[in-house]
Amino acid sequence: MKAQAVILAVFALLGSSCSRKSHSATAPKPTAFGAAIVESSGGKQVTQTGDLLAQPIIVQVNDEQGSAVTGALVEFTAAPGVSFDPAVALTDSSGQATTNVSLGGMAGRYQIAASTLDKSHKRVELKLEEIALGYQQTLGRRLNDQYCDRCHNPESTVERVSNYDNLEVKPHPFDEGDTLNKMSDADLTAIITNGGPALQKSALMPAWGNTLSKSDIQALIAYIRAVADPPSRSAGPIYAQTSVATR
Amino acid sequence: MKEKLASLWQRLFGDSVRAFGAVSVIFLLSIAIAPAKNFFSEWRHYQHGYLRMIRNRSDANTLHRHFQPGIRQIWLPGLDVVDRCTSCHVGLNEALTDVATQPYRKHPVIPHKLDQFGCTICHRGQGAATTVAEAHNSTLAWEQPILPAKYIESSCGQCHGGPLPGTPRLNLGRYLLARQGCVHCHTVNLPDGSTMKATDDPPSLSHIADKTTREWIFAWLKDPQAYATTSTMPNFKLSDDAARDISAFLIANSTPIPGDSAAPSAKASADPAAGASLYGESFCASCHAVQNAAGNVVGGDVGPELTRVGSKVKPEWLQGWLQNPRAYDTETRMPHYRFNDAQVAILSGFLLAKTDSDLLANVHLEPPTSEQIARGKRLVSDYGCASCHEIAGVKKPENFAPELSRIGSKPIAQLIFLPGMQHTLPEYIAGKIKNPRAFSPGLKMPQYTFTPQQIDALTTALLSFNDRSLTLPSSLVLSTVLESNYQPAGKAGKLMTDLACFSCHRINGHGGDMAPDLTWEGSSVQHDWLVQFFKNPGTLRPALIRRMPRFNLTDNEVNELTDYIMTVYQSPAIDRDSMPLSGYSPGQIELGKQLFYGKYSCQGCHIVDPKTDKGYIGPTLTHVGSRLTPAWIYQWMKNPQSLRPGTIEPSRAMSDEDARALTAFLISQKGEGKQEVAQK
Repeated sequence: MKAQAVILAVFALLGSSCSRKSHSATAPKPTAFGAAIVESSGGKQVTQTGDLLAQPIIVQVNDEQGSAVTGALVEFTAAPGVSFDPAVALTDSSGQATTNVSLGGMAGRYQIAASTLDKSHKRVELKLEEIALGYQQTLGRRLNDQYCDRCHNPESTVERVSNYDNLEVKPHPFDEGDTLNKMSDADLTAIITNGGPALQKSALMPAWGNTLSKSDIQALIAYIRAVADPPSRSAGPIYAQTSVATR
Repeated sequence: MKEKLASLWQRLFGDSVRAFGAVSVIFLLSIAIAPAKNFFSEWRHYQHGYLRMIRNRSDANTLHRHFQPGIRQIWLPGLDVVDRCTSCHVGLNEALTDVATQPYRKHPVIPHKLDQFGCTICHRGQGAATTVAEAHNSTLAWEQPILPAKYIESSCGQCHGGPLPGTPRLNLGRYLLARQGCVHCHTVNLPDGSTMKATDDPPSLSHIADKTTREWIFAWLKDPQAYATTSTMPNFKLSDDAARDISAFLIANSTPIPGDSAAPSAKASADPAAGASLYGESFCASCHAVQNAAGNVVGGDVGPELTRVGSKVKPEWLQGWLQNPRAYDTETRMPHYRFNDAQVAILSGFLLAKTDSDLLANVHLEPPTSEQIARGKRLVSDYGCASCHEIAGVKKPENFAPELSRIGSKPIAQLIFLPGMQHTLPEYIAGKIKNPRAFSPGLKMPQYTFTPQQIDALTTALLSFNDRSLTLPSSLVLSTVLESNYQPAGKAGKLMTDLACFSCHRINGHGGDMAPDLTWEGSSVQHDWLVQFFKNPGTLRPALIRRMPRFNLTDNEVNELTDYIMTVYQSPAIDRDSMPLSGYSPGQIELGKQLFYGKYSCQGCHIVDPKTDKGYIGPTLTHVGSRLTPAWIYQWMKNPQSLRPGTIEPSRAMSDEDARALTAFLISQKGEGKQEVAQK
């Protein structure tokens, strides 16, 4: 009897010390609860593997009427390897919670979940996606920036005026997944190497086969696949919180 | 209890036969431990897992055929590599793009073959180990754990000295080491035998009293970023007393510029509109940044930020500087603009109005005592100011800070970590860059204002300087492209130095990258065009911000420069006189036009007819016939990359006939009767 009591006591002690440890890491207590969580900014960023995203992720918690809730607890979770600073936060006076995100070391899409509890303590979740580029895609991005972006990106900046509006036949922006996902790697290789006429398309798309190497063109295609929206099948897995999300 | 044990003993070892049997069994069991340990090893477990995983796949047969059981090993004696990683990472070379679980993931595409370089050259870790813990983590016998993926580009830098297109993080890190002046204090000897050189340009402090006040120096020393957010000068966290003494010493130590006694003849004039327009026309913003009303710093980073320059410089100094910067600093990257007195007055008035009343509001310094000046001198040598700045009477210290040539293999036992810090080398390096004084308040390393991305980049670059990089076989050392020390000769050469052409242009491997490389400019352009361009430069590309300033050159100077460029900067691949400027047949010109608008669709990027063409990317070609030489155009059509590596214009592998017809069409575009496209 006595021995059993001692063993029980030891277990109880161990248990309590463990639980105290894990509780000390948890952050502030929510003072309010929302009904919905929406993205303010920070989704769909493209960066290198392991990199801190240039912009933080900002989400907003709203109540049933759609107005912002202050003091709701937002928790950010993702696949192992993704880190958040901070991982839990209370919404500020405009109902927003902000976190800085570093993506994992594998190239691919990372699913970021931001969740909060509603009044009945049910979890409300918002899923965002961020894109991490590996070596090949990074190389592709650089080639895109140097050669392709000026015509294929409709947005103008001070440093890089877009040529998109000047072209009679409009080029496809590289994130235009609906169109580009349907094209096979062989088609993309053909049109980049031999120009638009290779696929009976406009000659305004010049042939790059004498300028870019085969591996350059592969890298470019890897980049195009990586940034496609909706995601391309050949871009590899999506890393989500528990396991790999299936398509 | 006792009796039971005794009877067991009796049964096992009761007589000699029993004892022999029992001992044999124990002996056999103990011998079996080794094979059993081998049988239950981790790699076998992972190989079984792999076989289970591929069993139901459609490509199971191929995968089975490729699979080789047992411990696998990549052995590269020349590189000192024995990597058994592929014993567990079985699918590295397979096409398992949909498998995300380790250790079965396919290796991402890289330019090297895995069996040529192994794994640990890039990933670190203990290659010969056959358990996860020993291979991946730090052990007593092996210090270097697996490198976190975010620093992986450092491994490329072990062999590749130059910037690579696929390693932006490494490139940025190396750029910052030079640009932020880290290598002024820290020596970095590179594997190719060269030493890393700083690319910032810290000013000489020997004549600083001519330029600014002691009050400004005090405020600057206390917080350089309060004066200019983009400043590369770090914060030394000096006490008020230290800043007071150093500023006292620098002023007392300063001597006037010899031969610069002539007072500037101009007086600052307050005409903000004229000032702003002269500042714009002179393209000051190409090199100097200014913080705008929205708080963004806009402009180049070749020269210092000018947001608060009026609170810094003395008016007489500024006027002298604008008249001829080389009189104060012979090495400056600022061109000698040849402004007239009225222009100097307007521009200096405009710049002097850029003040910040808060900057010096709380700086009140008593006249210095000789003790303070002496203490200032001591502080200057304590903090190693002369590592970066030239200071009369203070010698540049040798090896002021620890050498970093092998920092990427520094043993962890030699590092002191902060509480709560992961005990790894990358964490240490990143932590040290982020907040050096946290490691000890007595450290001299100053505080920089790096972003987290910059810290990752710097850490990546530093990790590439390691034992392996310095002991590679020489065939694997791919050196950096070193800046040449090309200097143009003669009168024109002096003029080019005076105009600081090399601050923006590159010629024969020397100079900046802001403006076009001029190495073969003499083969490219026509004499008369170049003369006109010097007199009134314009941009050639509608989509580019014009940067070439007008230097108010005399006709003599223009001719001197033009003649030199036309004669000396010739490409051996181009014979300028091999093709005529005129006399092409209308048929050939017409064919060229058809090729331009049809087969090659050049109008996508260029404008020949401003009424119909809209191409924004390449140079406007309305006047190209009076700008470029036909031989250059022809060679450009054949292979633009051979003339200007990295140009956006794709190489089209044109036939000689097509290239000749396009040359004929383009050379007929002399701009006669055409309106120049509105310039930005």
